[in-house]
Amino acid sequence: MNATAVLAAAGGNTPSIPAPHIEYGRLSPMLVVFGVAVAGILVEAFVPRRYRHWTQVTLALAGLIGAFVAVVVLAVQSHGFTRIDLLAMESVALDGPALFLQGVILLASVVAVLTYAERKLEPKAGGLPADAFAAQAAATPGGEQERAAVRAGFATTEVFPLTMFAVGGMLLFPAANDLLTMFVALEVFSLPLYLLCALARRRRLLSQEAAVKYFLLGAFASAFFLFGTALLYGYAGSVKLGDIGDVISGKAMTTPAQLASTRSDVLVLTGLAMLAVGLLFKVAAVPFHSWTPDVYQGAPTPVTGFMAAATKVAAFGAFLRLFYVAFPGLRLDWRPVMWGVAILTMVVGAVLAVTQQDVKRLLAYSSVAHAGFILTGVIAVNKQGISSVLFYLLAYSFVTLGAFAVVTLVRDSKGEATHLSSWAGLGRRSPLVAAVFALFLLAFAGIPLTSGFTGKFAVFQAAASGGATPLVIVGVLSSAVAAFFYIRVIVLMFFSDPQPGGPTVAIPSAFTATAIGVGVLVTLGLGLLPQYFLDLASKASLFVR
Amino acid sequence: MSALLSATCAVPAAGAVLTAALPAGTTGARRRTTKLVALGVSALTLVLAAVAAIRFDPHGDRYQLTESYSWIRSFGITFSLGVDGIGAVLALLTAVLVPMVMLASWHDADPDPTPDAAPVGTDGPVDPGTIERRRRTQGFFALILAVEAMVVVSFYATDVFVFYVFFEAMLIPMYFLIGGFGDRAGGPESARQRSYAAVKFLLYNLLGGLVMLAAVIGLYVIAQEQGFGTFDLRTLTSAIADGRLQLSGTAEKALFLGFFFAFAVKAPLWPLHTWLPNAMGEATAGTAVLITAVVDKVGTFAMLRFCLGLFPHASKTFAPAILVLSLIGIVYGALLAVGQKDIKRLVAYASISHFGFIIMGIFALTSQGQSGATLYMVNHGLSTAAWMLVAGFLISRRGSRLIADYGGVQKVAPVLAGTFLIGSLATLSLPGLAPFVSEFLVLVGTFARYPVIGIVATFGIVLAALYALLLYQRTMTGPVKEGVRAMPDLKARELAVVAPLVALTVLLGVYPKPLTDLVNPSVNATLSQVHETDPAPAHPVAATPGGEQK
Repeated sequence: MNATAVLAAAGGNTPSIPAPHIEYGRLSPMLVVFGVAVAGILVEAFVPRRYRHWTQVTLALAGLIGAFVAVVVLAVQSHGFTRIDLLAMESVALDGPALFLQGVILLASVVAVLTYAERKLEPKAGGLPADAFAAQAAATPGGEQERAAVRAGFATTEVFPLTMFAVGGMLLFPAANDLLTMFVALEVFSLPLYLLCALARRRRLLSQEAAVKYFLLGAFASAFFLFGTALLYGYAGSVKLGDIGDVISGKAMTTPAQLASTRSDVLVLTGLAMLAVGLLFKVAAVPFHSWTPDVYQGAPTPVTGFMAAATKVAAFGAFLRLFYVAFPGLRLDWRPVMWGVAILTMVVGAVLAVTQQDVKRLLAYSSVAHAGFILTGVIAVNKQGISSVLFYLLAYSFVTLGAFAVVTLVRDSKGEATHLSSWAGLGRRSPLVAAVFALFLLAFAGIPLTSGFTGKFAVFQAAASGGATPLVIVGVLSSAVAAFFYIRVIVLMFFSDPQPGGPTVAIPSAFTATAIGVGVLVTLGLGLLPQYFLDLASKASLFVR
Repeated sequence: MSALLSATCAVPAAGAVLTAALPAGTTGARRRTTKLVALGVSALTLVLAAVAAIRFDPHGDRYQLTESYSWIRSFGITFSLGVDGIGAVLALLTAVLVPMVMLASWHDADPDPTPDAAPVGTDGPVDPGTIERRRRTQGFFALILAVEAMVVVSFYATDVFVFYVFFEAMLIPMYFLIGGFGDRAGGPESARQRSYAAVKFLLYNLLGGLVMLAAVIGLYVIAQEQGFGTFDLRTLTSAIADGRLQLSGTAEKALFLGFFFAFAVKAPLWPLHTWLPNAMGEATAGTAVLITAVVDKVGTFAMLRFCLGLFPHASKTFAPAILVLSLIGIVYGALLAVGQKDIKRLVAYASISHFGFIIMGIFALTSQGQSGATLYMVNHGLSTAAWMLVAGFLISRRGSRLIADYGGVQKVAPVLAGTFLIGSLATLSLPGLAPFVSEFLVLVGTFARYPVIGIVATFGIVLAALYALLLYQRTMTGPVKEGVRAMPDLKARELAVVAPLVALTVLLGVYPKPLTDLVNPSVNATLSQVHETDPAPAHPVAATPGGEQK
């Protein structure tokens, strides 16, 4: 598409400002998703209430699948990820990691939207089928207004456009090639997530508390990120990742200003530390993990699944790009710190999970531990490091989605029964559901022949060849601790006697069943025959600069 | 490329899936179908494993009937199988024992005979246990077949990664077998003890496996740096043997310990043995046999194949320390066996003592020691299976595992008592029964290099006589105890289980040549990998029994 020149209105003697050159076609995955999000808002405004649910579900699924097709087309056009490019005035990168992660995010979102669409689990409200989301989010929990909304059968179908905005931001985040774009993407996907967390139909107060916690801490993290961006701009004179990398490595010391500022290691190191804080918050690494259990527990479970899977993928994607494109020159400075963070994350996540009594909190701490495992791959700083992290994210996101989808099924009269004691004997009442959940737990634990094992093997192998053998040993030992609590749940499900009056397993509609089925397929597929996806991840592991 | 080995692995795997998918057994006939299908599958596996053992030519290549399929190219992993004499024999042992275990456990997984009054209604409250009970039989037999498939793959794998995967994955079906199907003799708290035993089993072995995973990754990374991006055992061992692949001293020791730790947990070697008495005590007799006679053998087998093959120098360095540990295991296991009150735990401690002998034979690094150890794996499998299964029949009749509850059984059930006696005598290595040959070889092999250790280990035999005969005396002889009076003798099905095992024990005790012929070339090949030859005898050694000399 040709750039069109726009002349400034005043006079004509002012220099003309060229319009930015935008490659709409090659940005289509994001544009489709954002377009669907906007359309979703229009649906909220114009479509009658009883058609909204179906319209939104169809629209969202069509948009996500369409965007995924666009990603596949772009990947095919890139000739095995060899033709890599910077788009939109060098602010968006179109390279292997970006396309791979966008594909993962889109597929994970499809599965997540399927769990959003489930309306068979909750009892009917006001004669209409109800989903997992609040009837009227703004109503005071437990108040008359809320009861009225429930009676009227209201539904918060806004979750679909909100999710689509979040997905759009997530697509942009790992592809952002400058710090400002990255920050904008961060906000675009974070803000809808804060809202989504507050929308649980049951346990409204817990849900709102989760949202407030997430929002406050998330806002802090964003502020850190932004401040880090400012410091790095001061240091390098550019927010582009490639430029920052060049300045650090000494390739681009052209202007006196840059020469002067490169002497100031304080700027670059502080800036880097602040960016890292922002990102480590999003991936839930210790010591920035404390929001995870509360938010995972309070948010509506379908949202938790979406958040746990897709946010992690997007944030680690940005993490990789930042550390592999902008800061490889500072490897000696950040690696020791990241070593510490990774070790802490693995150990703290695994150890704290042991004491958890709530299945959603347990999965939250397990996600912390997994963030640590992924960090060991990030730290490798080699090509295997990138490809193993890509593969791990693919494997992990589907296990997580599947596990949370199963959590939505186990219910008692008060909604989901997430306390572990009520899961006792589940394997005797519903062997199939318990077996599926056991499979996901075994994959989390990294038992061979599941995707979790292949992923763990890949990151540990990358870390070992990157010279981080101690990390591998810590990783292996914390895997053993982690195995303990996954197995504890399996013991509880299969070898404990069911409690009288315990929860029952609700029969889901085809939506959740499909979501769980996809989770099982991917978990087994990537465990038994991972070669194709390992190849894909390996081919995709080249960043554009 | 013949597909014999992969068929031997695939048949039980497919059988496991098939058995699990059979319709739920609400009626006796349905359950019977399930059991017969599972038994048929295991019999077919036995035929295939036997064909593999027969087609293996002891004088041919080290690994035969090799197959290789591309699996995960990114990490240089091929699904490659191949068989040497040791693997062929142990896979055959597995295939022999599994049908026996199935027959012996014929009714172990039947629904409890509790009154199940409330029929499964369509909308009424479903009895929580009902669903589970309906699929119990399928689950039990499918899990046994799954274990068999994974064990056979482990014995045939010639790719380190493939071995690791199945070595580790077999924990899961084993775990469900231990935790889900206990013997009925336990009291009300037995469910809790059983799940404790299952978890202990899994955590011990998982920890071992994860440490091994670190070592597997380390081996791959080091090999990759030197241009061997592969897990193929043959490539790696030959490269290590002729120095193309160099491991630094520290790296080799660390990797050896990583591998050895996993195998020592599995085997189990003192002091990593504590999971075994729990697991064998709480599981059904059939599962206990699977643990000690089949799954644990993968540990000792892997010491021979992987520790010695991949890390010859470290093996030599650590051999004395390992010998001391195995010696402690021999004496400690035997002493604790003498003091046990519980029949199944007694068998478990006896097994710990026997595993001490096996590991001692391996790390004595002499040909007699190692062929003795290999024979011991087979003989211990057969004799312990006979002993344990008869003990299981006994326990199921009386409903108690306590030795004190029995007495005078031989007056009421002479056949049961007789077979139990043969099992006991085999355990104490009576000459003429199979374990004697192997124990003797192990002791001779150890004595040749480490006389003191060999002498001390001999006390293990004395103690074995003590615990085995005391057990027999307390349970079978003396006045007939209350509760034993009406005990029926062995039924036809039970005889069908015990008779072949007893026959094999006697046969291999008198004529072990077929076995030694199959095993010896592989043992010598293993030994040459460690650059070790037998120490020159100080004086001419008399010919060892059992066709050792060729």
